Amino acid sequence: MKNGKQNSSIGVLIMDAEAIRRALRRIAHEIIERNPRLPEIVLAGIPSRGVEIARRIADFIRAIEKIDIETGAIDVAMHRDDVGTRAELPVVRASKLPVPLEERTVIVVDDVLFTGRTVRAAMDAINSFGRPARIQFAALIDRGHRELPIRADYVGKNLPTAANEKVRVRIGSPDEPDGVWLIKPKSAA
Amino acid sequence: MRIVESTTTSLSGDAQAAVRWNRKDLLGLRELSVDEINFILETADAFKQVGTREIKKVPALRGKTLVNFFVEPSTRTRTSFELAAFRLSADVINISATASSLTKGETLKDTARNLEALHADILVLRHSSAGAPQFLANRLEASVINAGDGAHEHPTQALLDLYTIREKRGKIAGLHVAIIGDILFSRVARSNIFGLVKLGARVTLVGPSTLVPREFEKLGVQISHKIDNVLPSADVVNLLRVQHERQRKEYFPGTGEYTRFFGLTKERAKLLKPDCLIMHPGPINRGVEIDSDVADGLQSVILDQVTNGLAVRMAVLYLCGGITTT
Repeated sequence: MKNGKQNSSIGVLIMDAEAIRRALRRIAHEIIERNPRLPEIVLAGIPSRGVEIARRIADFIRAIEKIDIETGAIDVAMHRDDVGTRAELPVVRASKLPVPLEERTVIVVDDVLFTGRTVRAAMDAINSFGRPARIQFAALIDRGHRELPIRADYVGKNLPTAANEKVRVRIGSPDEPDGVWLIKPKSAA
Repeated sequence: MRIVESTTTSLSGDAQAAVRWNRKDLLGLRELSVDEINFILETADAFKQVGTREIKKVPALRGKTLVNFFVEPSTRTRTSFELAAFRLSADVINISATASSLTKGETLKDTARNLEALHADILVLRHSSAGAPQFLANRLEASVINAGDGAHEHPTQALLDLYTIREKRGKIAGLHVAIIGDILFSRVARSNIFGLVKLGARVTLVGPSTLVPREFEKLGVQISHKIDNVLPSADVVNLLRVQHERQRKEYFPGTGEYTRFFGLTKERAKLLKPDCLIMHPGPINRGVEIDSDVADGLQSVILDQVTNGLAVRMAVLYLCGGITTT
């Protein structure tokens, strides 16, 4: 625990609310730059934090370009490849996506990119709704350790981590400030 | 063996990350907590939406084998479980009473052990004896889902009834639900009573005194033998099927007389509040417990129940079958 503010109950603070705000605003600019046909974009957040992040990116795009981007939610729990092999069963939630997705650019939004399995499940889920023109991916944090050939198109912050560390993201809590923390394993703390 | 809100990428910080499901079996509503019932209904919301997709299939139970083991005849419940399993990508085999070795004298336990030797993961059991699902759940590693046991419980039917009420009225607590008909021999009634009372509904059982005995008051419900007194204050009426195949003469007055005293005729339906829901677990006997026009009327949610049954059964299979038992 060398850098960042120490909060023993949570971990090392990596991004505060202002840093998150700036990162998401930059991602909004990058999305505008990369996608000349903005009205075709659908931001699909992975519940629950990805949905909140997608909403904020849409707010920035509205402020910059005066365009309302459609946002939705894409449930990945029922598309994961490890149900029955995990001790913890993910909670399933309803997906909310505008249909049809044909001719649309779907940007999947999540808080942390780690193994890539969640994004793969999200792409499978999207394909069951239809066939979008293209799928892109935005993540607030890229912590490395990919297990699939997947990369993010938009990244808020690259965060080198050890595989046994944990990344905690809090965003959109009514009572507490936003933030990203790195948590070391118990034995090393 | 627990459910948390979680992705592999980050620690869950949400309040609902608490343990919400850790059962491999669904045997009845009597043993479920309010939180567990609500959790099944919330999970069913997510699965209902799968039915509206272009591709109505998710890989959640890919590689799992489900055995529909129906010792009593049933078409709609079995089909609903079968379709639910297909939509979750599980493989399904159906075994009915006449086709099984039970007719050759094999015991229930031996049949089930044989199914387990084939590495079945989920056993959906319909049986004429109360307690048969519990018996197998205690002895098998596979998940056991009760699809109706004797006059004991039919949990997925009650869950889909609860789901439909919640969907149409936005809540369950505080509603007045009338369950009408053959309560004594009805597992649907029992499971509904347990669920509705737990979720805070006011329940009135209606029927002839032979079929609605006073003992039921111990379950926290009211009893009436006069349907016309109950209908005006009901928010939901759930009409049970007159089970010709189970009736014994000493309990049942005869079809015509039943209709005269307890059938939901067109005339009687006028007593209902305009927003009262009319439910029926099916298959309906038109002209016996319900008039044709009433069954097809605007207040009827009978077909919504069928649609919702699929979502609820997907949720139950996902929750019980997705958990590792090791």
